[in-house]
Amino acid sequence: MNAPDLRLSRRLVLATGGALVVSFALFPNAFAQDAGAKPPGDLAKFPMLDSWIAIDAHGAITVFTGKAELGQGIKTALIQCAAEELDVDPSAITLVTADTERTPNEKYTAGSHSMQDSGTAILNAAAQVRAILIDLAAKRLNIPVEQLHAKGGSIVADDGRSVAYKDLISGRELHRTAQAKPSLKNPKDYRVVGKKFSRVDIPGKLTGKPSYVQDLRPERMLHARVVRPPSYGAKLTDIDIAAVERLPGVVKVVRDGSFLAVATQEEFQAISAMNALADAAKWDETAQLPKQADIYAYLRKLPSQDTTILERGNAGESGARSIRATYHRPYQMHGSIGPSCAVAKYEANKLTVWTHSQGVYPLRDSLAKMLKMPTKQIHCIHVEGSGCYGHNAADDVAADAALIARAVPGRPVRVQWMREQEHGWEPFGPAMLSDIYGAVDAGGKIVAWQYDVWSNTHSMRPGGPGNLLAGQYVAQPFTPDAPKPIPMPEGGGDRNAIPIYSAPNIRVISHFIPQMPLRVSALRGLGAYHNVFAVESFMDELATAAKADPVQFRLRHLDDPRARDVINKAAEEFGWGLKEKLARGHGHGFAFARYKNLAAYCAIALELTVEHETGVIQLGRVVAAVDSGQAVNPDGIRNQIEGAIVQSASWTMLEHVTFNARDITSRDWSSYPILRFPALPVSVDVHVIDRPGQPFLGTGEAGQGPMAAAIANGVAHATGVRIRALPLSPANVKAAIGI
Amino acid sequence: MTVLTVNGKEHSINGDPNTPLLYVLRNDLKLNGAKFGCGLGQCGACTVLVDHQPVYSCLLPISVLEGRQITTLEGLGKNGEPSPLQRAFIEEQAAQCGYCIPGMIMRAQGLLNRKAAPSDAEIRAYMQPNLCRCGTHMRILRAIRRAVKDMRTARAEPVR
Ligand code: FES
Ligand code: FES
Repeated sequence: MNAPDLRLSRRLVLATGGALVVSFALFPNAFAQDAGAKPPGDLAKFPMLDSWIAIDAHGAITVFTGKAELGQGIKTALIQCAAEELDVDPSAITLVTADTERTPNEKYTAGSHSMQDSGTAILNAAAQVRAILIDLAAKRLNIPVEQLHAKGGSIVADDGRSVAYKDLISGRELHRTAQAKPSLKNPKDYRVVGKKFSRVDIPGKLTGKPSYVQDLRPERMLHARVVRPPSYGAKLTDIDIAAVERLPGVVKVVRDGSFLAVATQEEFQAISAMNALADAAKWDETAQLPKQADIYAYLRKLPSQDTTILERGNAGESGARSIRATYHRPYQMHGSIGPSCAVAKYEANKLTVWTHSQGVYPLRDSLAKMLKMPTKQIHCIHVEGSGCYGHNAADDVAADAALIARAVPGRPVRVQWMREQEHGWEPFGPAMLSDIYGAVDAGGKIVAWQYDVWSNTHSMRPGGPGNLLAGQYVAQPFTPDAPKPIPMPEGGGDRNAIPIYSAPNIRVISHFIPQMPLRVSALRGLGAYHNVFAVESFMDELATAAKADPVQFRLRHLDDPRARDVINKAAEEFGWGLKEKLARGHGHGFAFARYKNLAAYCAIALELTVEHETGVIQLGRVVAAVDSGQAVNPDGIRNQIEGAIVQSASWTMLEHVTFNARDITSRDWSSYPILRFPALPVSVDVHVIDRPGQPFLGTGEAGQGPMAAAIANGVAHATGVRIRALPLSPANVKAAIGI
Repeated sequence: MTVLTVNGKEHSINGDPNTPLLYVLRNDLKLNGAKFGCGLGQCGACTVLVDHQPVYSCLLPISVLEGRQITTLEGLGKNGEPSPLQRAFIEEQAAQCGYCIPGMIMRAQGLLNRKAAPSDAEIRAYMQPNLCRCGTHMRILRAIRRAVKDMRTARAEPVR
């Protein structure tokens, strides 16, 4: 099969349902057998095998995924899946990631879904490709399939004869519909999946090979910078661009309504010209932000759409002891180390955008609407950026690049945001609050649980063009989409609002607040970060009320054996409850969650000290246990959880976005400090519980919530004071412990 | 015109002598190692060595750098092989997105240039200026410790 043919067939498959009919006609048996059942993962949405895997006449194997590498190691794990079931060396595989002209439309790389959706699809597609190759070899060699197996890129017969994959594929053999239940290898026989396998992208990144969209330098590329308004919604009323146009290197000043940008020959010229433009611009500012000190009261008073997401018995039931508490989490930012960047080129009515967006297809559709171009004239290609941890400014800068590129046809344009733009304009993780009432009986069992959580939406991804920042400022501006809650079971603001623990009387209400005082969207973990912080802090409060050990108290209310295993593992490896007498200011903290109550399980135990005089928390040992189902790359899972622990420690102990009546004031790393080396834990140990043969469970967001609560519980243990508002910054801790 | 010595080679740079070194490295010399992070001296993503000591290339104009030895990530290894420190980072898989790592490696190299066997506390204190958002810090520390050990073993090996 040659490559152009394959692309044609892929597009047909993706573009029309008709292709399915063709293949059903060609392979009626496959259809008959599959009636009713769907193939697993995203193979259900894109059932043609050659949407996922291609083998060309030279034996080159290409695997396609609609998911993107975000620094989470997904490329490596997906290659492992394909190599395993195809029985080839992983180095034989070329992986193509999110690209609107080449890969399946797997929408967003988000929600810890990549292994579930794409990993499952690729594993299953590869197994079926292997079966097809064995069938073809059986015919070729005229021997029964039972005497054949795949090995190192060939099908080998028991009698020693073999035929290479490339010699078995001549055309559209892989253009077939996937079966619902392919026969996968027995996990006992895995050679690649679950084994130590180095990340494919790391050596290049560590030796200066071009690895990021920031590193692209196509011929004749221009540099550009955007001038953002001084505050949300400000209108550009007047600007004299003539003086800026005369500055060295300036090729074009782009103004479209209140969207203002400049393209230059050299990058530093773009920065100087941007500053000159900003100085020359006159704006009409209208933003009115709520008072930061009153933000929670303000949010609580805004109109909300209330949904009871769980109700059983009488949640107001009283017990031997009961507690009421309110928990708060401030606005926090993604804070990518590299500000968002994109390269775009507009030529012959066609726009190509190189982007680190988490969703190249939705971005393409959104750009088409913003630019009023047909979708098929826009090509979005994912190239890695700095880690994003959710919906940061990746899509916004892609829209900026597109608008500028359209003004300088034929020249690729590279735009990178400045630090203060990234800090000020990215969509933040929303501020949240929740009220909890809980009661325990005399036997130390939970009898009642009532939980109310208030939150904005956790996804304002594009979406419509009004969700792109530039789209809101062009001469004919677009309004952002009406914010929507993300429904259960995954949830948004109410993600993990339902406790995993058993309670006979329970009610959980999600108060969705449509009105957004600050620009917000998806930040790693969405509402789970806050809800797990609240629920797991409260579990410790109830345990104290019940005079029970926090770990025992959790186990008492948990049936799921995998949840119990994870908790026991973390407790055991940490040496929990060994009853050592802790010195003043020393504390132990424990927390657990199953992300979304349906993805990876993660438990964390830690020790810390609180310095009484300053309120500074110093983390000691941190021990985590995680169950992500079948572990494809155990070190990749450890890396993700270690990262979650450190990132969450930073969010939890330091971070909150600041603002005044008009504008965001945390505009750099000194006004929005994040964790630095001296504040790190003494050690972080992550124990992976592998579950061979079990479905993949997303890991990327499993650790954030538990880490927040483990710190809060440790602080309560160390100081005797329960702090229910994040961040646990030195000032807040000091205020709470009353010195 | 400004003459810069980068990774042992001289380059004549036309253009504004006020241009910070970072843009010249990335755009004129097409070196990807140093990254733009903040342009404010707050994150260390742009770290390179000048006369063996780490500096923020986003702040230093090229005009003050004539005659100084500038080393970037690309200049650490020899004959296309990664340096011991780079090797240690690869061995420890010390990267998630990896965007901060070149700056981390350069800063750590600056420390090792000064002190062959720093303590853990010294490493943490010295790495303070560099930010990582992915939370790869524990692996970065492991990688630096591994490099210290590897280099000590290498020195102890008899010269053949
Ligand atoms: S980019 Fe130079 S210190 Fe941040
Ligand atoms: S590895 Fe991503 S910022 Fe450090």
